[in-house]
Amino acid sequence: MTITDTSSAAPTVRKLSSLQLASRYGTMLALLLLILFNLAMTPNFLSWQTVNVNLTQVAAIVIVATGMTLVIATGGIDLSVGSLMAISGAVAPMIFLDTLVPIADPVLAVALAFVLPILVTMAFGWFNGMLVTRYAIQPIVATLVLFIAGRGIAQVITNGNLQVFKNPGFQFIAMGQIAGIPAQVALMLVVAAAAFAVMRYTMFGRQVLAVGGNEKAARLAGIPVRRIKILVYVISGALAGLAGLVVVARNSASDANLVGLGMELDAIAAVAVGGSLLSGGRANIIGTLLGALVIQLVRYTLLANGVPDAAALVVKAGLIVLAVYVQQRADRS
Amino acid sequence: MLLSIQNLSKSFAGVAALRGASLEMADGEIMALVGQNGAGKSTLIKILTGAYRLDEGQISFAGRDVSFSSPAESQKAGIATIYQEINLAAQRSVAENIYLGREPRRFGFLDHRGMREGARQVLQDFKLDIDVTRPVAHFNAATRQMVAIARSVTQQAKLLIMDEPTSSLDEREVAVLFETIRTLKRSGVGVIFIGHRLDELYALCNRVTIMRDGQTVAVGAMGDMPKMELVRHMLGRELAAFEALGKSADQQAERPLRLELQGAGSGLRVRNVDLTVREGEISGLAGLLGSGRSETARIIFGMDRLERGTMRMSGAGRTYDEPAEAIADGIGLVSEDRKVDGIVPDMSIRENMTLALLPKLRRAGIVDRAREDEIVQRFIKALRIKCASADQPIKELSGGNQQKVLLARWLCTDPKVLIVDEPTRGIDIGAKSEILKLLRSLADEGLSVLMISSELEELLAAADRITVLSDGASVAVLPRQAMSEKALLAAMAHQVD
Repeated sequence: MTITDTSSAAPTVRKLSSLQLASRYGTMLALLLLILFNLAMTPNFLSWQTVNVNLTQVAAIVIVATGMTLVIATGGIDLSVGSLMAISGAVAPMIFLDTLVPIADPVLAVALAFVLPILVTMAFGWFNGMLVTRYAIQPIVATLVLFIAGRGIAQVITNGNLQVFKNPGFQFIAMGQIAGIPAQVALMLVVAAAAFAVMRYTMFGRQVLAVGGNEKAARLAGIPVRRIKILVYVISGALAGLAGLVVVARNSASDANLVGLGMELDAIAAVAVGGSLLSGGRANIIGTLLGALVIQLVRYTLLANGVPDAAALVVKAGLIVLAVYVQQRADRS
Repeated sequence: MLLSIQNLSKSFAGVAALRGASLEMADGEIMALVGQNGAGKSTLIKILTGAYRLDEGQISFAGRDVSFSSPAESQKAGIATIYQEINLAAQRSVAENIYLGREPRRFGFLDHRGMREGARQVLQDFKLDIDVTRPVAHFNAATRQMVAIARSVTQQAKLLIMDEPTSSLDEREVAVLFETIRTLKRSGVGVIFIGHRLDELYALCNRVTIMRDGQTVAVGAMGDMPKMELVRHMLGRELAAFEALGKSADQQAERPLRLELQGAGSGLRVRNVDLTVREGEISGLAGLLGSGRSETARIIFGMDRLERGTMRMSGAGRTYDEPAEAIADGIGLVSEDRKVDGIVPDMSIRENMTLALLPKLRRAGIVDRAREDEIVQRFIKALRIKCASADQPIKELSGGNQQKVLLARWLCTDPKVLIVDEPTRGIDIGAKSEILKLLRSLADEGLSVLMISSELEELLAAADRITVLSDGASVAVLPRQAMSEKALLAAMAHQVD
């Protein structure tokens, strides 16, 4: 029996190493530096239009990445989000274009176009959750199923056709303005704020972190581990569905081949750069928001200064490596 | 002399795991190596297999002084190890596994036929006639053990180390395994056999080496070592006596029963357990390692299914499928391994403490922070948890304080039954007696405590009654007045004769 002296040890006062500081505030710092750099170098950076362009570009990513943050907090991952966007993006126009069934009341049609696609993607999220919990399939494999099949489903629904439309009621979600703020940006902020509140103040948020932090301990404390996991995939599905609506509304067109393409990786990147551990147990919603902004702003900065998009991708990859490196080092120290 | 280990010492970060341990054995000898958790058995084995470097001491093997710096070196010298969790490539065939890493080749290509022939030959020696082309995963645990042994035989091993090889085998499989080991012995191979089922040790081994606290405390021929003696050497007396806290059973007799197991069983580990816990008592659960103590707790708490027998909670029959159901019935469990299934390391003291209480702390889904803070502060004070603040991450606390937080996790739910599995493991003496006193005063207030412990002193001091398990069955119940070290040892050494 080893006897370690414990009770007499004075409570340690926490000191943050520079690495821990970097991991905590690094994303914020990177964002500030990028803004400063642009103020100095990029012409017309400080204009309403530039801000709008960047924020609308980032809105869909943030909405999806918020759901991804919750999934990752339980120690999972959701690769299906891009494909689910394609599905909701395909279903919504079919409703208000009367492709499915004629709906007499245009207001009802628009309302259904918001609600039904999201219910559909929630059902797919539930399917992901069932694979992960009941059938104990690794999340990366389980969600790969819909990553592959989901886009196929969207294409089958639409016969692979491009749907073009003009419907101000539906497109308010992307084109409209609320108190001078673009509606999709407002939506993004509402989603992020709600998720932040859920993680911070609710029992559900606490249980998500416990499941990701130590699943065995969570189960022993009576937490319904399966239900929590299924729920985060349902939420992720719902938010992916919402983001799909935003994207097609913004484009006035829905192409099942393109909606949400590569979104899963952008969302994961935002979460990683934002400082949530990919191994679970932490959910930094504000970090995810900042992470998405940093990635977007880097791309914008390079483009605005004449660097081609291809090179921007390399820089994005570098950012992710750096963020993950800083986190891991900070965790070990 | 096949193997001679003298004066072996090894420390990890200043904590001694081995302090001058020794072990000697001859060719063709089967040596039992026994000791409690933390006695130093695995450290000694790991030095022998080259996984750790020794700090001090001499090892001579097959007449040469050796100091292995890698597992490969140790294997090359002729030492083979078979772990509990057998390390075979499950999806490869039996033949491929036997020759893994040193496949016979012809013209630079794998010689599949040679492998099959060779494998068949070796397995025949053990009277095992199986299809060597099938993946190892298709066979049962005993056969996999045999494959692992066959692998070491083809490596020309002179010493075979087996770490609890029978823990997942049934009786018939154990018999086959022992026959194999005896075959090896006849061919001059020495075997170190680590095990906890005393009957098996007596049936198989020639001699026994007993370790405690990183030292070799006794060596002897198996036949000259009565079971009682062996158990006493293993457990020893560790601490100066705790203050006696238990109550005599006649004071308890009229108390109503709270938790009752009759003929409870699940899987191979728990065969037939009778157990009662009354209101306001500390019921002790004793037994050697592997006797099924923690597994019994797992059944009560709904982690494993009750497959046989009955369980009653306050008189009503119960089976739980999930811990959540047991918790709803007023049962709490502080598990044996804090790190593995106790704390959520990244969460704060506050969040860890209220994890099981959350459903009662919410209002419309939102955690009532004012009430939470009030409860957490109360328990930090009551249990004297030393911390900078309630929001400090729990991983920064010492073992004793972490344990108090985990106790508080259940106490704040106001449970009827609290199961504590090794409640004082890995914490210092001061905190130990503090936790025992706490359990006692909780019991006096009406809580039923089921205390699982390997430490005799602790059980003798705190328990009102002790149930002793051996090989998955309850073999004795000692009331307070019949409790003594001797009685307890005798009961623990009991084996089904």
